[in-house]
Order: sequence, then structure tokens, then C-alpha cells
Amino acid sequence: MENLKILKNSGFNWLLTGLILLGAACTRSLTANKSTATAVVPSTQVTKADSANWPVSFGFGKPATAQEIALLDIDVRPDGKGLPGGSGTVLAGKAVYAVKCAACHGKTGVEGPNNRLVSVAENETAGAETSKEKTIGNYWPYATTLFDYIRRAMPFNAPGSLTNEEVYALTAFLLNANKIIPSEASINAETLPKVVMPAQKLFVPDDRKGGPEVR
Amino acid sequence: MKSETEDTPLFHKPLSRRKLLGGAATAAVVLVQTAVGKTVQAAIPEAAVIPDDPTKKQGPLPSELGTRSGYEKPVRKPSDTSSRTPLQDLYGTITPADLHYERHHGGVPTINPEEYELYIHGLVEKPMKFTLKDLKRFPAFSRICFLECSGNFRSNPVGKITPQEIAGLTSQSEWTGVLLSTLFREVGVKPNATWFLAEGSDAAVMTRSIPVKKGLQDGMIAYAQNGEAIRPEQGYPARLFLPGWEGNTSVKWLRRLEFSDAPFMTREETSKYTEPVKDGKIRQFSFDMDARSIITFPAYPVQVEKGWIEIRGIAWSGRGKITKVEVSTDAGKTWQLARLQDPVLDKAHTYFRHLWQWNGSETEIMSRAVDETGYTQPTFSQLVAARGDNKGGYHFNPITTWLIQRDGQVLNKPEK
Repeated sequence: MENLKILKNSGFNWLLTGLILLGAACTRSLTANKSTATAVVPSTQVTKADSANWPVSFGFGKPATAQEIALLDIDVRPDGKGLPGGSGTVLAGKAVYAVKCAACHGKTGVEGPNNRLVSVAENETAGAETSKEKTIGNYWPYATTLFDYIRRAMPFNAPGSLTNEEVYALTAFLLNANKIIPSEASINAETLPKVVMPAQKLFVPDDRKGGPEVR
Repeated sequence: MKSETEDTPLFHKPLSRRKLLGGAATAAVVLVQTAVGKTVQAAIPEAAVIPDDPTKKQGPLPSELGTRSGYEKPVRKPSDTSSRTPLQDLYGTITPADLHYERHHGGVPTINPEEYELYIHGLVEKPMKFTLKDLKRFPAFSRICFLECSGNFRSNPVGKITPQEIAGLTSQSEWTGVLLSTLFREVGVKPNATWFLAEGSDAAVMTRSIPVKKGLQDGMIAYAQNGEAIRPEQGYPARLFLPGWEGNTSVKWLRRLEFSDAPFMTREETSKYTEPVKDGKIRQFSFDMDARSIITFPAYPVQVEKGWIEIRGIAWSGRGKITKVEVSTDAGKTWQLARLQDPVLDKAHTYFRHLWQWNGSETEIMSRAVDETGYTQPTFSQLVAARGDNKGGYHFNPITTWLIQRDGQVLNKPEK
């Protein structure tokens, strides 16, 4: 009811959304209390009592501008959202790989010492036996993840140092080394999301739900 | 350097004076004033803190920072990517912050709290940025909660392996910060937002996709741990904290939350932190930590004596409270209820104790936890049967068995 009073004073639609969310949190907490004999941590959630005298907005923080967000917003989704302009070829990627990646992942992506990147014939079956055998070819479900991860974290000794062109090229090289795209393929914001990874069909959501069953 | 396995504070052997005074070992670190009035840390030799008769010599004066006794040396066990909490050296359930386990993917970044900003954007009405000061102005919540890496399992064929090595990627603290539901309200999360990306500002720019529902339920952004600012290894100045979920989702050094209508499928939720299960399938977004327990005393490397032994350990569940812990002292033939030490908190390490009289014959002791969903911690073979070949992968929480030999030596029973 307190919420309603505040609502009347507000002229902004976004506040409404916020209050609905807050309401959802409260409901959840009450439901949890009902479903078990002992209260499930009401004190660590926003309860009605806690938030009864809250203002619609505390007003802390500042609006973030589009430019500020763009500087940090580097993620890439499976549908390609977030991919930058530019492109890369397998051949160009091979050259970058030799200089910046081979020392950790081996000459052909198999030898290590760090994570194996490329599937070899006898390990191409899915759900490989050991973590060592998890590769891009047999374990990565989305091609966009390659671009995202290489750009965000590689090479290990100089993370974030590669150009978008280099990242596209490395992505192309690794997809080709795993026999997923042909050697003449070029990878860009259009083509990368269309690559279907062999392991994609293997992924299932968590089905553990608590209770007596061991899964 | 002496290996920590020789030193077991729960089971002291008297230390010889010669051993204590031997060499130029450092016993403690104290704070001293320099000539220019600056307080610095300095090492003091063992001989200075261990006088012949403490009643005949003035001790050190009050200091700005406390130190552990020179006799106590609990240490984490670092590898290239993690360091493990010495569970066998701890008492009760709170992990001292400097002994909290660490796991990171690009080292520990140094972040100036004055320059820290958290961005919240994507499917929100008002994209916002918050300084650390801003975050601290919101209503603050504290809760005691465990954190556990989902890869928290090790075994050893010889059995010479400590609780720290087996399950030391779990620790517990009192976490303080702002609830995500409070921040969600402030930015106006849109109804079609079902996931948000949490992104760190470490060299790995660690990223995980989290369901909005979890954030609303009990997620928080923590800036303090056990009463002080969160430690750098734990995400200073602010981290995501998702009670009961695999540690990796509680992204440290948090710089950005982006709301979306779908998960982002980053590397850490596809090629890592997923586990092969039966029928060649790979389980994804397995967030909840299953119930687990481990006896931390007696455990390798201690040697016990015939007579009364209080079996002690910790139990926890990511799905709620621990309702009971059962202990077996006859290799699993019979089970007795252990005493749960109050407080028994939701999604928290719970201390259990069981008094037992050992008659000196060889036996195996073990514990199993049950949580409020009715889940009972499985044996190693039950887990392998349920999951196929996923031995020692993520979310592997089998019963740990300790073999007590006739000479009192305690070894971990290798799993088969």
C-alpha cells in the first residue's frame, strides 16, 4: 500500500517497473516462508517491513551515457549482437596464431602446454573423457564465443591487445583447424553467427532440482 | 620450508624450545614507527615473542594491526590458478579473510576505489553508473554464507591428502553490501529482461550470464567481508555475490551488469563450468551447489590415540539449510546423527560434532549431509553411476572417507 502512495506521486514509467520488481522480490520471500517449517532467510531479502519507507528512487548514482557504455560493452551474443566491423581469413589467422598463441597452445593447437584448442580424429567424439580433450571442435557450442573470449582475455600475457581484425582472423583459423569452416572462408559479423558448432546439440540445461535424486 | 602437513593445530605435539629458537625464523610481523613517524610492518624474530618466562618481561605494546600467534601458521595452498583454505586448521564456520580460498583467471587486479564505477545497462529504463560511495549509500545487508568453486574436488591414490586439498575451495564469510533487488529497482529493469551479464575488470574480463530471477531472489553486490573492506583476492572493491551458487558466478571486481533477454554464452558458461553427463550430453548453467560435508578432524595427516575423539567437520548446501549430518564410524554400516552447532544458517557452512570412543581397531569414518530439500550427499560410486564418466569434474560432492589405521594414522580412503 505504501508503494501505491508513492506511485501516485511519480510521473515516470520506469518507476513502475522498479516497483513491480520489488513486489516480486517480496512475494518470493513470503512464499519461501510458507513452504518450509522454518523461515528461509527473510532478513537477507528486502521484506515489506524493510522497504516500507523507501523512496521511489534513492537517487544515488549517475545516468550512464551511450558513449561511456560503448567503451566497456565488449560482449558478443550467439546471434552476433556486439560483433564489430572487420573480417579475418584463415590464412591471416594462421600467421597471428604462430606469433601470439602457439607458445601456449602448441604449433597446431593440440600440443599445449595449455588448453588444447583443436580436435584430433580419435577425440572427435562428443563428451570427451577428460577435460584435456575438450576442444573448440568437440565442446564449444557457439562460434561467437570464440571471438568474445579471444578479444577479452587473450593472449594471456597481453590480454586485450589484439585488433578486431586479428581476432576475426584467429577465429577463422581455429574454426578451420577444427574442420568447421573451409580454408577459403572469411569470418565477419555476418558470417560468424551462422557457423553451427558440432557440440551445440549436446548442451542441456541443468536438471538438478534438489530432493533425494542424485543427478 | 616445513610442509604444513607436519603441523596440525588441532592435534598439538609439544614444541621443543630448541625448535622454536632455531635459526633466524620470523615469528611474527609487527607494526613499528619509523624515524619519520610512518607506521610500517617489520618482522620480529621468534626469540623476541617467546620469552623464557612471559611474567618476567614486558610484551609488545598495542598495535594498529593484530597478528596471529607465532605458534599458529594456517596457510592457503596455492596452485597457478587457485589457493585453498586450510579447512583442517580452522575452528567454527567463519573463514578468516586472509585464508579464504581464491580462484581467478587473470590474477588479482589493483583497483583504486576512488575510480571504481559499476555500470548497469541493457534492458533497463535508466542506464546508470555507480561509484563505490554510491553503492555504500544504499541500504546495506549482511549475511553469513559459504562460497565454493564448482571444481572443488581432489583425490589421491595413496590417501595422503588433507581436507584442504580435497575440498579447500570453499570458505565462509559474513558478506555485506547492497542487494541486487535494490539496484534493479533503481535502474528500472524491463520486464523482458530475463538474464544479465556480470563482467569483472580483471585481465580475464571474467563474464557470466545470470538469470534475473536469481538476482532478485538473494543476489548482492558485496563490498565488505567479515567486517572489513573485501580483500583484493575476493574482488575489491566490489563483487557480485550469489548465495549457494557456484563460485565462478559471483564475479569479482565487478564493472558492468548488462540486462538481456537471453544468456550471452560466454566461454566460462560453455567451454568451462559445464559438465559432461550421461548420454554424451553436457550440462549447462548448473548453478546450485549440492549438499556436501567433510570431516576436518580427525583427518590426514593427524595421528589419533585410543579413547575419546570428537569427530568434527563442516556441512553445507547451496539449496538451503543443512537439516542433518550423519556420521559413520564403522565404514558406512551404521550411521549416527551428529550434533549441528548453532547457528544453522541458509546456504552456509554448518559445524557438526560427534563424540566417539575409538577402540584402537582399524576402521573408516565418514559423514554425509542432508539439506532441507531432502537431498542426501551421495557416495563416490553413486555419483559416478548417476553421471557417467564425470569423475572429479564440476559439482562433484561425494562422501569423503577417512581410514583410521591401528597405529592411529588417518588417511583419506582413495575413491574407486
